[in-house]
Amino acid sequence: MGGTIETLVNREYQYGFVTDIEAETIPRGLDENTVRLISAKKGEPKWLLDWRLKAFARWNTMQEPHWSNVKYPAIDYQDVIYYSAPKPQKALGSLDEVDPKLREMYGKLGISLSEQKRMNNVAVDVVMDSVSVGTSFKAELSKLGIIFCSFGEAVREHPELVQKYLGSVVPHSDNFFAALNSAVFSDGSFVYVPKGVRCPMELSTYFRINAEGTGQFERTLIIADEGAYVSYLEGCTAPKRDTNQLHAAVVELIALKDATIKYSTVQNWYAGDEKGEGGIYNFVTKRGKCAGENAKISWTQVETGSAITWKYPSVILQGDNSVGEFYSVAVVNNHQQADTGTKMIHIGRNTRSTIVSKGISAGQGNNSYRGQVKVLPKAAHARNYTQCDSMLIGNRCGAHTFPYIEVQNNSATLEHEASTSKIGEDQIFYLTQRGISKENAVSMIVAGFCKDVFKELPMEFALEAQQLLGITLEGSVG
Amino acid sequence: MLEIKDLHAKVGDRDILRGISLDVAPGEVHAIMGPNGSGKSTLAQVLAGNPAYEVTGGSVTYQGIDLLALQPEERAQQGVFLAFQYPIEIPGVSNAYFLRSAFNSIRAARGQEEVDPLEFLDYMEKKLELVDMDVEMLSRSVNMGFSGGEKKRNEILQMAVLEPKIALLDETDSGLDIDALRIVANGVNALKRPDNATIVVTHYQRLLNYIVPDYVHVLAHGKIVKSGDKSLALELEAKGYDWLVEPQGALA
Ligand SMILES: Nc1ncnc2c1ncn2[C@@H]1O[C@H](COP(=O)(O)OP(=O)(O)O)[C@@H](O)[C@H]1O
Ligand SMILES: [Mg+2]
Repeated sequence: MGGTIETLVNREYQYGFVTDIEAETIPRGLDENTVRLISAKKGEPKWLLDWRLKAFARWNTMQEPHWSNVKYPAIDYQDVIYYSAPKPQKALGSLDEVDPKLREMYGKLGISLSEQKRMNNVAVDVVMDSVSVGTSFKAELSKLGIIFCSFGEAVREHPELVQKYLGSVVPHSDNFFAALNSAVFSDGSFVYVPKGVRCPMELSTYFRINAEGTGQFERTLIIADEGAYVSYLEGCTAPKRDTNQLHAAVVELIALKDATIKYSTVQNWYAGDEKGEGGIYNFVTKRGKCAGENAKISWTQVETGSAITWKYPSVILQGDNSVGEFYSVAVVNNHQQADTGTKMIHIGRNTRSTIVSKGISAGQGNNSYRGQVKVLPKAAHARNYTQCDSMLIGNRCGAHTFPYIEVQNNSATLEHEASTSKIGEDQIFYLTQRGISKENAVSMIVAGFCKDVFKELPMEFALEAQQLLGITLEGSVG
Repeated sequence: MLEIKDLHAKVGDRDILRGISLDVAPGEVHAIMGPNGSGKSTLAQVLAGNPAYEVTGGSVTYQGIDLLALQPEERAQQGVFLAFQYPIEIPGVSNAYFLRSAFNSIRAARGQEEVDPLEFLDYMEKKLELVDMDVEMLSRSVNMGFSGGEKKRNEILQMAVLEPKIALLDETDSGLDIDALRIVANGVNALKRPDNATIVVTHYQRLLNYIVPDYVHVLAHGKIVKSGDKSLALELEAKGYDWLVEPQGALA
C-alpha cells in the first residue's frame, strides 16, 4: 500500500530559463577591494561605504553557523561573483525603456512591469541579480508621499531615512550571513509610508537570479511611520543550474506607533533536481521591529523552492500592545532542506504574538521548524500562541520541530500546540473515488492543511501559492 | 451493467474475497448481507478501486469494460459511486469546494463544461433538500466534526450531486436513528432511475423496509453462500446467519 505514495518526480521547474542578456560582472572573489568596488559602482556616499567596510571586517572574524538542521558542502566564498548588473546601466526614464529581453523575461515570470498591473492594484519592483530594474506606479504612490524605489535610489534620494534605519533592526554584525550581506549587498527595495497613510495598493518586489555563479545579496528596508499601513509582497525565482547559488538577503521592517506592516513571501527559487543537484542556498535574515505602541508586523511566507532554506522572520515587540505574527508554509520535496521558523521577542507590555507553522515534507525532503519565544522582564501580560503542524508524504522524508521558550515575566501566557500527520492513503482514495485526480487530491489535502496560512495571503498571492504547492508536490504520489 | 466473475481479493497476506460472482442489471437493487467481517466492505472497496486491496483473481466487467483496469477516479468518472461505511475527514477543505471539485472533475472527464461556484450553489439547493441538510454544512470542512448521522447523510448528498450509474452503499444505515434512516432511504429512492443500479450493503434487515431490494445475497467468509429475493432478508432477520455460515475452519 505504501508503494502508491512513494515514487517522486518533479514537474519541470517552470522558471528555470536563462535570459541571455549582457551583464556587467565583476571577477569572482571577495576582499576589501570588492566591497569598495561595489560601493563605487553604485556611487555611494562615504558613510555607506564605511558601514559596508565595518560589516566586512566583522564578517572576516565570523564563522559560518552550523547549528541548523541542514547539510551542505562547504561554500567557497571566494568562488562567488558579488556583483552582476544587466547592461546598459543608464537611468531609466520610464518603465517602457526597460530592455525588451528583460521585459520578455518578466512576461515569462508572469509579471508585468507595465500598467497592466493597475488592474491588480499591485506596484512592482524587480530586482535581477544585483540591480533593481524598474519600479512601477512610482508617480501615483508619491502623490501620497509613499516612497517605493530601489535601495540604490533611496540611498541617493532619501539618504537621511536610509541612514537612520539601515541596520537598526538587523545590525551589520547580527550574524554571518547578515554581515556578508551588509558588506556586499547590491540592491533591493525601499519603502517608506508616511504618517497616517494607508498604502492603497500591494507593493511587490520580484527577485530574480539570472547570471551564473552570482550570489544575490539584496537588502529590503520598509518603514511604516505612525499610523501607516502597508502590505508588501515578495516573489523569487531563478534559472535551473546544476551548481548551487548563494542568496543571502536581509529584510528590515520598522513599524512605528499604530503602524501595520504585512509582509508576504512566496519563495520559489530553483530547488535543484530530483537527485539534489543544483538549487539555491537561501540564507536570509528577516526581522521586524514594532518600535511604537500598538504597532503590528505580520509575516506570511510560503516557501516552496530553494535547495536549502535557512530563515527566521522575526519580530521585536518593543512597543506596548504591539503584535507580531508569523504564518508559514514550508514545503520540501526531493532533496530539499528547510530550517525555518521565527523569533518573537516580547519587550513591551501586553505584547502578543501568534505563530502558525505548517511544514510539508515529501520525497527525501527534510523540514525543520525552529522557533523562539522570548519574554523579557518588562513584558507584563505578554501572550504567545504557537501552532506547529507537520505533514509527511511518503516515508523517506523528515519533519522536526525545535521550539525554544524563555520567559522572564511570570504574567506571560504561552500556548503551544503541535502535530505530525501523514497524508492519508484513505483521504486520497476518498477524493479520487469522487472523480478527483490523485494529483489534485494531494493538492487539496495539502491546501486544506495550510488553510490557516493561506487565508493570511493577499488574494492573488493565495491562488499562486496554492498552485505552486501543487506543482512542488506534483508526482509526490505515484 | 455489472458482471462480477469469481472475484478474489486480499489485503496484506489475507485472502478476503474468495470467489464472488454477481450480475447486476440496470434498474436493479441488490442487497448484500452477512455477518461482520464477511468481506462486504472489501467487496465494495475493491469495486471502487481502493489500492489497499489486491485483486488476486476473477474479473469485473462494467458497461462492457474491464472495471479493474481503471483508476479509482476513472471509475468515479464512469459513474461508480461508493458511500463509505466510514466517511473520511479532510481538514481545511470545505464541503462545498470538495463537492464542486468532484462534480467538475467528473464533468470535465465527460467533456462537459465546468460550473462556477454560483451556478453550483443553485444546483446544490435541491440536493440539500433531498437529504434535509442545512446549507451551513457546505462551509464546514469535509466530514470534520460531523456526527455519525451527518456523515452518512453527507455521503448521500455526494451521491445526489454526482448522480452515479451504480451506487454502492456500505452500511449507510448503521448508526442512524429512524428519522435519519428514512431521510437517507428517501434520498436513495429519489435518485433511482431505470438506467442505474444500487448495491446496498447492510447487516440489518431494517434498511430494506425502505429501500426494497430485488435480490438479497448473503456473504460469508468471502463467498456468496445464498441468494434470494427480499423474503430472504426477513428469513435472516428471524433465523440469524448461523444456519448459512460454516465454521471458518471448514473453509480453510
Ligand atoms: N485494510 C485492512 N487491513 C487488514 N484487514 C482488513 C482490512 N480490511 C478488511 N480487513 C479484514 O477483512 C475481513 C473482512 O472485512 P470487511 O470487508 O470490512 O467485512 P464486513 O464489511 O463484511 O464487516 C475482516 O476480517 C477484516 O478484519
Ligand atoms: Mg463493513
